[in-house]
Amino acid sequence: MITFEGVGHRYEERVVLREVDLALPERRIGFVGANGSGKSTLARMVNGLVLPTEGRVLVDGLDPAEKGPAVRRRVGFVFTNPDSQIVMPTAGEDVAFSLRRSGFSRSERARRAAAVLAAHGLEGYADHPAHQLSGGQKQLLALCGMLALDPDVLVCDEPTTLLDLRNTRRFAEIVAGLRQQVLLVTHDLDLLADFDRVVVLDEGRVVADDEPEPALRHYRKLCET
Amino acid sequence: MTPLGLYSPGHSPLHRAPAGAKLLVLLALVTAVVVVGSPAWLGGACGLVAAGYVIARIPGGRVLPVARSLLLLAVLVGALQVWLLGWQSALVTVLRLAASLAAAGLFTLTTRIDAVIATVERALGPLRRVGVRADRLGLLVGLTVQAVTTLSAIAGSVREAARARGAERSPTAFAVPFVVRTLRHADELGEALAARGIGDEDHDPARPDTEPDTEPDTGARRGGNGRRVP
Repeated sequence: MITFEGVGHRYEERVVLREVDLALPERRIGFVGANGSGKSTLARMVNGLVLPTEGRVLVDGLDPAEKGPAVRRRVGFVFTNPDSQIVMPTAGEDVAFSLRRSGFSRSERARRAAAVLAAHGLEGYADHPAHQLSGGQKQLLALCGMLALDPDVLVCDEPTTLLDLRNTRRFAEIVAGLRQQVLLVTHDLDLLADFDRVVVLDEGRVVADDEPEPALRHYRKLCET
Repeated sequence: MTPLGLYSPGHSPLHRAPAGAKLLVLLALVTAVVVVGSPAWLGGACGLVAAGYVIARIPGGRVLPVARSLLLLAVLVGALQVWLLGWQSALVTVLRLAASLAAAGLFTLTTRIDAVIATVERALGPLRRVGVRADRLGLLVGLTVQAVTTLSAIAGSVREAARARGAERSPTAFAVPFVVRTLRHADELGEALAARGIGDEDHDPARPDTEPDTEPDTGARRGGNGRRVP
């Protein structure tokens, strides 16, 4: 389980998160909030990309500040822009890149990569140049790169912001079917309807934490004022 | 899309040749081209590389961008050289450039990055004892090649944005956003690599630091990555 204990974060003088206390056992948790509300910082703390300046985060009892590598093996992360997540020229090579420490042979890595791609809507794309995929396919590829490592938790930071409606829905459908616990930061409020819980952030604080319907109502009201 | 173009799938002898061997040939050719000063020999080298494109059956659509950027460079460099040093030395420089760049282009068109990285890692493997991280350098090579694609894409979209604002002639309208976006890309790439566990290997006793050297791999594949290089 992921817990935040009195977490705060500041860049120099600017406070981006303060007094965040959360216990997150649910399988599907959404995070919403205005630009600059601290959502992305919060998300990055789950796998130690950003370390809190106050308080601590625990993932299955491990603190990312101390056990970063162990935490990152449990927590996969999908970013907004697929172009900066894809590091190899073809889709298959990129997914296989995630497996480079797995101890499998090169051919086995390629086979597993192709299987992960096929299981998530990219069947037959293993040899396809990654930069020629559509935006939606690239984001699926970024997701596959993470799922190849079989993490227990998947954090997604606005993964559908650059996608059209069809690709957004496709991405959401695939994520809905995953066995992983999913923490989804998003502005696509429709994606959160089936979620177990939605956390609303505003100016670095948690201002609502509830089931999707009441939480999103609170967020909409917040945006009107 | 990219000036040098990346891998173009195929089954020609050049595609199947081991990456290590191709890299050595490329190195030898570029060295020879720099040492040799005779236009006739340099012309011969250009002919040889052109024959390589034919043998590799690179489709015209992939050759065209390579040829176009080469031609542009040749004209620019050639004009400058003619003006500064005379036509003879200009001819030599242009032929040198054309032969080396076209050969490098042919290498990337016929070789998977995967194979290049594996070759670099293996070639530098013995240096591990003196503290060189071969796997890290292999990744560096891969990312460098990828950077060509990324930077040309960023340059393209920045130029478009400048044109949309009617500022295509302003150097700052290109340079500032280009640098900013490149740095931001570097930030994002660094985060994405960290999220995929790059850099974690060093401090993590739970996992072996480097890949086992005795990969249970097929012999063909092993040879395919340059084991048979003389």
